Amino acid sequence: MARPAPIDSPPPHGRPARSSRSLVRALVPLSGIAVLILVWDVALSLGGGRSQLLPRPFAVVRAIAELAQKGFLLKHVVASLFRVTWGYVAAVIVGIPLGVVLGWYRRGGMAIAPILEILRPISPLAWIPVAILWFGVGDVSAVFIIFLGSLFPLTLTAMNAVRGVEVVHVNAGRNFGLRAPELLRRVIYPAILPQLIVGLRLSLGIAWLVVVAAEMIAVSSGLGFLIIDARNAGNRYDLVVAGMVLIGVIGIALDAIMRSLERSKAVAWGYTILEGEQPDVAGVDAAGRATVLP
Amino acid sequence: MTGNAEVKVHIQDLSKAFHTNGHEIRVLEHIDLDVREGELVCILGPSGCGKSTLLNIVGGFLPASSGDVAIDGLPVRRPDPRRIFVFQERGVFPWLTVEGNIGFGISGLPATERAARIAHYVRLVGLEGFENAYPQELSGGMKQRVEVARALAVNPDVLYLDEPFGALDSITRLVMRSELLRIWQTERKTILFVTHDIEESCQLADRIVVLSARPGSIRRVVEVDLPHPRDLSSPRYLALRDSILEEIGLAHRI
Repeated sequence: MARPAPIDSPPPHGRPARSSRSLVRALVPLSGIAVLILVWDVALSLGGGRSQLLPRPFAVVRAIAELAQKGFLLKHVVASLFRVTWGYVAAVIVGIPLGVVLGWYRRGGMAIAPILEILRPISPLAWIPVAILWFGVGDVSAVFIIFLGSLFPLTLTAMNAVRGVEVVHVNAGRNFGLRAPELLRRVIYPAILPQLIVGLRLSLGIAWLVVVAAEMIAVSSGLGFLIIDARNAGNRYDLVVAGMVLIGVIGIALDAIMRSLERSKAVAWGYTILEGEQPDVAGVDAAGRATVLP
Repeated sequence: MTGNAEVKVHIQDLSKAFHTNGHEIRVLEHIDLDVREGELVCILGPSGCGKSTLLNIVGGFLPASSGDVAIDGLPVRRPDPRRIFVFQERGVFPWLTVEGNIGFGISGLPATERAARIAHYVRLVGLEGFENAYPQELSGGMKQRVEVARALAVNPDVLYLDEPFGALDSITRLVMRSELLRIWQTERKTILFVTHDIEESCQLADRIVVLSARPGSIRRVVEVDLPHPRDLSSPRYLALRDSILEEIGLAHRI
């Protein structure tokens, strides 16, 4: 559809301007981290006798290098990711179908939701003694705790998402002749997907929080074990902070992966509803036909 | 409209009441109506008169409290792909593109036939170039056209339209009305059209069924023998409009 060039058309030298802007956008968050490291280092070097309160940044970098050299880095990271994967995947497999069923059959949901609501605010760490009683000290206990930590938020997200599906969409699906399994696949599932992805992202964050704590008690590998072991074995606080940095970096990476799912166009609608019906106003030309906004 | 066409939708002594907190709210009372094949009937009434409820019962989404609805002589028990309900533009699936929406009801067809049908209805509602757009990128009028196209693509006998243009601005609404008439004349569907807009019913309908306020019952059925396209300033059109205004008891001046 032909339409006049927008008034705020890009400047003739739009390309370099845009790329330098994206460079700035990438540098600003990094500069915050750089300043933090600088302040950290300067404070410790000025601190004199109190400089043992925290290892210097360079010592942490050296500790990470040491871990990598001895092969511990990969071993601990893999051990933690392994537990998170199993606990989290099990929670997804159990929690999402359970939540969908509870959301769909409102009576059942009303009976079971209070149980979930009571269990949810209990920190998964409170289950550690119970887990050890049931599964002993070891991987299964850690995986179980991660499973519990992710299960309740996932189930409740799925349940509430299904309850929130618009009646018109369900009715439209039924009108086109869909019965339960097809309705689930072609209407309910795509309708709840945006919320589901947010729930998946948040519960993966919880799983990653919980694994560290679980590893401090139940097992002898993983980043949580690395931290507690470095302190117990020889007050190696450079290794403690190295473990913390690794946890943070991997946490961001996991979150970024989950966030990238939100950018798919088939779910993007779910995140823009609050921004209102902007195209309705701006996108209609005089003939009543609308133009797609860029 | 030929007066002796076959009866498509047969509504007999239909009543509906809702029960909330021990109270009974009577919504519809003793509705009798026959809609002929290929006819465009507007159901006109004030807000809350039960006209949407009537359409939902006829569509098979709600059970009646008493009375019968039959289509082609068979009682209606559930929604059916031969009779598609067009909601306001809210009924479009936001997770599907224009193409995905229009092809929603014909997923059982072979791919090439399905693509051809989608292309046909994209053209019919004037959405060429927007096949891969998502509903959130479209205006209200375009979403409404997607819904109409999605309904037509399954080649239904009957269309139920529940205030389909209510949420649109007045210019788009006029455009959509003439598009609906154009589509109705090419595709020859039976259409039940619910509206609270007197002008809209006078512009579109073969017959106008005027409902009373709640509990809704039929006050009058007006045959409209004006040919399309209708001249909105002709004395006959104005007389028709005024007689319905009077029927509803509204003043002519504001």
